Amino acid sequence: MSTLAIHNGRVIDPALGQDGIADVVIVDGRIARVGPNEGDMVIEADRIDATGLVVAPGFVDLHTHLREPGAEHQETIASGTAAAARGGFTTVCAMPGTEPPLDSRAAVESVLREAEASAAVRVLPVGCITSNRAGELLAPAGELAGAGVVALTDDGQAVADPNLMRHALQYSTRFGLPVAQHPEDPALVRGGQMHEGWVATRLGLRGRPASGEATMVARDIALAELTGAHLHVCAVSTAGSVALIRAARERGAHITASVTPHHLTLTHERVAFSESYDQIHYDSSAKVFPPLREESDLEALSDALRDGVIDAIATNHAPVSDMEKEIEFDLAAPGISGLETAFGLAMRLVTDGQLSLNTLIERLTIGPVRAWSLDRQSGLEGLGTLAPGAVGDVALVDPASEWTVEPESFASLGHNTPLAGERLQGRVVATVVDGQVVHETAAVAAL
Amino acid sequence: MTTELSSDVTTEESAPVEGAAAEPQLTDQGWTHRDMLDLDTCSRSDIEAVLTLADRMREILDRRIPRVPALRGYTVVNLFYEPSTRTRVSFELAGKVLGADVISVSASTSSVVKGESLIDTVRTLRAMRADAVVMRHSMAGAPYLAAQHTDASIINAGDGAHAHPTQALLDLYTMRRAVGDLTGKKVVMVGDIAHSRVARSDLWGLAAMGAKVVVCGPPTLLPLGMRAGDRPGHAESALPPVSIETEIDAAIEGADVVMALRLQSERQEGGLLPSMHEYATHYQVTAERLARANPDHLLMHPGPKNEGIEIAGDVAGGSHSIIEDQVTNGVAVRMALLYLLSGRVDPADTDGEVRS
Repeated sequence: MSTLAIHNGRVIDPALGQDGIADVVIVDGRIARVGPNEGDMVIEADRIDATGLVVAPGFVDLHTHLREPGAEHQETIASGTAAAARGGFTTVCAMPGTEPPLDSRAAVESVLREAEASAAVRVLPVGCITSNRAGELLAPAGELAGAGVVALTDDGQAVADPNLMRHALQYSTRFGLPVAQHPEDPALVRGGQMHEGWVATRLGLRGRPASGEATMVARDIALAELTGAHLHVCAVSTAGSVALIRAARERGAHITASVTPHHLTLTHERVAFSESYDQIHYDSSAKVFPPLREESDLEALSDALRDGVIDAIATNHAPVSDMEKEIEFDLAAPGISGLETAFGLAMRLVTDGQLSLNTLIERLTIGPVRAWSLDRQSGLEGLGTLAPGAVGDVALVDPASEWTVEPESFASLGHNTPLAGERLQGRVVATVVDGQVVHETAAVAAL
Repeated sequence: MTTELSSDVTTEESAPVEGAAAEPQLTDQGWTHRDMLDLDTCSRSDIEAVLTLADRMREILDRRIPRVPALRGYTVVNLFYEPSTRTRVSFELAGKVLGADVISVSASTSSVVKGESLIDTVRTLRAMRADAVVMRHSMAGAPYLAAQHTDASIINAGDGAHAHPTQALLDLYTMRRAVGDLTGKKVVMVGDIAHSRVARSDLWGLAAMGAKVVVCGPPTLLPLGMRAGDRPGHAESALPPVSIETEIDAAIEGADVVMALRLQSERQEGGLLPSMHEYATHYQVTAERLARANPDHLLMHPGPKNEGIEIAGDVAGGSHSIIEDQVTNGVAVRMALLYLLSGRVDPADTDGEVRS
């Protein structure tokens, strides 16, 4: 019998409405007890002193690119899940845009096998909507569901054909899988390198209009309402999309949504300017799709996150190699390596007073679990909570601790972040999966 | 010692070229730019420095034997990732007239696919002792990337739809030669503003020189966010001030300078325009339309022209046209710029005295 006792932390479990000083005891990988002084009763245990720290259920990421198989120079299942552990994420949903893509049982099983062998945290695979993500033929959703996928998406490639999308949604209802769309209309954003607006004008870069997202969100919502299916909108980035999702949810449509920490906190100005408007640069580390938007979008996104119109913060962790970023901006690969900075970056909403710490933790834990019914789909009872009997997944965070982002010391192979050298407040100090410590900072380890 | 630039005399007392190259004589109140990426970082006095020196260069260029040793031992590489005749030749001549070694390389972005990155290429050129790299590229920002990775001077000879600062400098020079001080002058640019690197750089330069600028084109060819009201208050200075007009007659009213921009047929294929004919009907710069301009107006075009599309043939070759001057002045302005970037000039001497 292995026991881990986490002493005297501020336990925040939004699912149970809990917020207070308590001990968390994990026995044989499951939450055994949560309560004041519970840890003192345990005799033989590994112990973590969480005094001054927040103890939360492990974070759950609905949007992680692990890149394996096919692009192991960008990330592997081992490195990506190590990055997840550093970020407090104990469960990651692995995107299917691998090579080969996750459009067959064999491909999904190979990811699960590799995860079994090398992953630091739980990996729940997501399958393709269409075969080879080509947007032409439906992928075998039943076969994929049987292999263990928890959702369907064509990843960065939105399903352009409305008729095919309609059928994908319709078909998915048989297997209870959410259909997740990265909603940018390919025709409206073709060739676009950043948000369309005055910064793109200044840089002479082709833009991706905000309406390129809103038109597809509107279409997909209409199709979800037509079919009664569950549509998940990934990486919402515009105020227009937020308004559409809000209205659809009010009508009772089964629409869920997630937003990235970078879309909540950074604007398109990040691509071009650092201190003044006199001098421009072309910062490909801020090149990401959907692109970083405008201040008014950020406000709409944080309002929606607070109101629950957006269910979850998801990283869209998209690691790429330095070589793929240090080239012409048009050629640079889009993406931000986001797992390790997600909590600290999202904490800006808390320090700015836009979001409570409890809501932030909700949107990182039970929010995503409920959005995709991950507990039911994965069979992991109590996922996203610290309820007795739940999987023993915990994130220990210090919301006050400041740190500097140093991409070269990331666990992720992708050092691509626009935050290099920046100070963040809020740090993940330890991560526990199934009662095993998978990440701890030196400060915690020394206790 | 200081001498006039000279094609026939090279005295031993002349400032040693190698020494000058190694230790640029830059002072904090003068020319301090290592690169020329765009005019957005240039003050009015920076631009004046180029234009004033360009007068001297123009004089050299008009000599019977236009050749001086001012940049002897200085190596200029024209690195063109996009085909160009006029800009490449203009830079080649500018360098050669000043005695620099000029090498033109037609590169291909396909070399990127083969694993040779832009960064590798400019580092390699620097390792071969290139002093300046003149770069033309189909992608915006490419010269900025290059400049971050080398201490050679990078000169942007056009990057995608972003900037073409030497074209803007020659436009400013040509305008100033013809009308004098540009303060308060009304300059109208007509055409595909959205995709025009020339327009973008001209806007910065004209703003610095105090001109009032109107851009005119069909709504599909106008850039977004140009109106100050289209961007947040804190970013007001992030783009140059400009008026926007979609109706050409209103735009041209009282203009001192009218510049027609090249219209590329891709715009029709891309669905931005119904037809070239329709464009010509609504936006061609014609004698009839120019009648609304200031009677002494100047007509410009950065070339290459599509006569009968954006500009009527009779006005392109007419008395108000200074289009050919633009071409000649392009060489003079590029000579001036190369010279300033070489660090071989004392900024105090930009009124015309140049060390050779």
